[in-house]
Amino acid sequence: MTTHVLPAGFEDLQPFTEQWVLPDQRARYLARLDASMDDLQAFYDATMDRIDDVLAYLEQYPVDELSDEGINLLWLYCALCNVSFPIEVWRQQRVPDSGAADWTALVLPAL
Amino acid sequence: MPHFPKPAEGTWTEHYGIDTKPVSYQDSISPEHYELERDAIFRRTWLNLGRIEQLKRVGSYFTKEIAAAGASVVVVRAGADEYRAFYNICRHRGNKLVWQDFPNEEVSGSCRAFTCKYHGWEYNLEGDLQFVQQEEEFFDFDKADWPLRSVRLEVWEGWIFVNFDDDAAPLTDYLGTMLRKLEGYPFHEFSQVYKYRAEVGSNWKLFIDAFTEFYHAPILHGRQAVEEESRKLAGYGYEALWYEVDGPHNVVSSWGGMSPPKDESMVKPIERKLRAGLFGPWDSPDVVPELPSGLNPAHHRAWGEDSFLFFPNFMILIWERQWILTYHYWPTSHNTHIFEGTAYFVPPKNGRERLTQELSMVTFVEYALQDANTLEATQTMLETQAITEFPLCDQEILLRHLHATARQYVADYANTKAGAK
Repeated sequence: MTTHVLPAGFEDLQPFTEQWVLPDQRARYLARLDASMDDLQAFYDATMDRIDDVLAYLEQYPVDELSDEGINLLWLYCALCNVSFPIEVWRQQRVPDSGAADWTALVLPAL
Repeated sequence: MPHFPKPAEGTWTEHYGIDTKPVSYQDSISPEHYELERDAIFRRTWLNLGRIEQLKRVGSYFTKEIAAAGASVVVVRAGADEYRAFYNICRHRGNKLVWQDFPNEEVSGSCRAFTCKYHGWEYNLEGDLQFVQQEEEFFDFDKADWPLRSVRLEVWEGWIFVNFDDDAAPLTDYLGTMLRKLEGYPFHEFSQVYKYRAEVGSNWKLFIDAFTEFYHAPILHGRQAVEEESRKLAGYGYEALWYEVDGPHNVVSSWGGMSPPKDESMVKPIERKLRAGLFGPWDSPDVVPELPSGLNPAHHRAWGEDSFLFFPNFMILIWERQWILTYHYWPTSHNTHIFEGTAYFVPPKNGRERLTQELSMVTFVEYALQDANTLEATQTMLETQAITEFPLCDQEILLRHLHATARQYVADYANTKAGAK
């Protein structure tokens, strides 16, 4: 098992890293579809609670100067962006009325 | 009671002399009509294949499958400022020249020459045949007679266009007045790219329809706003600031009141934190000192975004907050197409801005999924022909314009062919 260490001061978010430190938007979307609403809620509550600190941390560094720990934090909060939809908007994992519609990412920023 | 002024005629549709009667969608459900569109439109108009920045150095290439034109092309950077396109087929026995693993999948990469996997024939970046295996075995053979077959390629403001018609007018003539008024916009600054692809179960024109009217937005995407706000937005409905048509091309210009919103309690919590949402990042990177004259055509202080349709299948959306979206719709049959959505941002200055752009893109995907599936529901019902005439409102003027334009291309092409006989 890979351990995705977060920067010092964010140890409380460590329990979410195994599931949510994912460096690919598609993987984050699929993880959200696979998770239970309770899991999504717990992740959302914990990460939203620390978001001001996280934004202050991320604002200090150009993307290519982030440490490995900082990159893990970035991916964790990219997952929050995705999870915000089922929690704040849809009340379900899937986009309502999206049926069979699906997407793939052809180009994403490396970081 | 309109919130934004309309032309003196009272409606945009009548202002541009476009018929206001109910419309038929026969042109979107007929396999025969689609076959005519392939010849009349996709083999004869300038088609966008992205930007020159995709080809970072000499030898960089990508392939593109254009089913509607029955072609696969390879686009390559042949020199510092030289771009070329070729039919992706070897002159020897017709094998596909550039591909990997799966012949129908698009690829990109970098090379010094193109070598056919079958018998090793090799072409340089100019398309000239430079090596033939056992050349002496061929009859009366001169390599100079067997270059790759080129496809016309022209670049406008960094956007790469190809045309399969060797007799077509030059690209800048085709683009006309309205689109050329975008010249000077610093498109090259927007080098942080996200690109998505979806297979959509509808005629290509129906998805363009969905993106050239925003009449649907307060309803279909109502739940994107907080509940109370959503009701309010639906009450206002949607009105554009401006519509314009120029030859086959058109534009809808919209307000930008949600970026940032007047009242932050209107939007969902994470948007307030990241300052981004369905209209992209709220804070502008400030790389556009002066708008070219083609943007914000109504000169409205509430301007937020312009959606330009480059007929037939390419749209550029330029946002006041300085980011860009493009849409491509590549037909694969009368009732299917491949949709490509690409976002271009100024590279983020720090990790926080990176996250802001991420939220914008996640939001875009959520929306596009709703739109795409609604399209499939429309296509299947149109095909039943239970109803065959549909009323369109003034905010749907560009749908009338697109369908009428596409039908006109088909009719003109049929006339030309008849005249030639």
